[in-house]
Amino acid sequence: MTILSQPDLTALPRLPRDPGGPVFAEPWQAQAFALAVKLSEQGHFTWKEWAAALAEELAAAARRGEPDDGFRYYDHWLAALERLVAAKGLAEPAALAARKEAWADAYHHTPHGKPVALK
Amino acid sequence: MPAPPVELATSPGPGPFASRDIIATTMAEHDHDHAHQAVPSDLTLRVKALESLLVEKGLVDPAALDALIETYEHKVGPRNGARVVARAWVDPTFKQRLLAEGGSAIRELGYGGAQGENLVVVENTPGVHNLVVCTLCSCYPWSVLGLPPVWYKSAPYRSRAVIDPRGVLREFGLDLPESVEVRVWDSTAELRYLVLPERPGGTENLDEEALAALVTRDAMVGVAKVTAS
Repeated sequence: MTILSQPDLTALPRLPRDPGGPVFAEPWQAQAFALAVKLSEQGHFTWKEWAAALAEELAAAARRGEPDDGFRYYDHWLAALERLVAAKGLAEPAALAARKEAWADAYHHTPHGKPVALK
Repeated sequence: MPAPPVELATSPGPGPFASRDIIATTMAEHDHDHAHQAVPSDLTLRVKALESLLVEKGLVDPAALDALIETYEHKVGPRNGARVVARAWVDPTFKQRLLAEGGSAIRELGYGGAQGENLVVVENTPGVHNLVVCTLCSCYPWSVLGLPPVWYKSAPYRSRAVIDPRGVLREFGLDLPESVEVRVWDSTAELRYLVLPERPGGTENLDEEALAALVTRDAMVGVAKVTAS
């Protein structure tokens, strides 16, 4: 997957925009995006539920006073996804945390040039 | 009450994973000093954890995920929408169907909606300019425009497009005379909007494909006009 360049926001100081229309700044954003779409398509939650969960994360970020310039958008997307899969009983927060540590561990113990895999 | 976020998703404390910047530094050092693989960012690890758990449980198909990412990243994009617009410019009966029943007219061209949303096409005329926004989050006609650009998802655009559409349009370089009525369409999860821009003058001799090449994403969101060159 190609890592697309960051959009240039200098053209419009008040209204962030990107001239060429980059879709994802980093690969994980595309993964998180696809996960939400597929889970919804497969009926684990409706798209309306998803939109509500995402809107709630965005609103919470605004209440915390975070600058919402679009750049942390997928951070909120991921947080909403984690919350919704937990609420729907698809993946428990503790299991996600443990799995995340397992991946970090796998990276630490995999030599350069070898595919990273969980034990 | 919504479930609390994943423990590791809450505000990062001090330590090696305190921020993405620090992780980037750590990664660079590891690349030079150690034999093991660079540990990716906290966000990447969280997505990997989610994906691997859900795949393991059979809740998502990894091949379907990859296919979807490929679709939105490279294949789908504003070009589909541009073809819809160009067809409407050259085929008055298609245009009629498009304005009456956007979703089914667009499916005639083979572009379907991923979420089964209703798609409404709104037409720009010399007297009316349409602007699309999603004030709640970022609902967007993906099937024809690909993924939304960063500015579309930003709070300034989401709020100001409704409060001060003319001001927003001016920032995009579009200064509309007061005589032109500006209509703002607020998208929802079930209802998405696509702007049918005005066909620019001087394009009478262009064929459908050449016309499609003129149509930009911004014009189909309503923050720009289509120009002949």
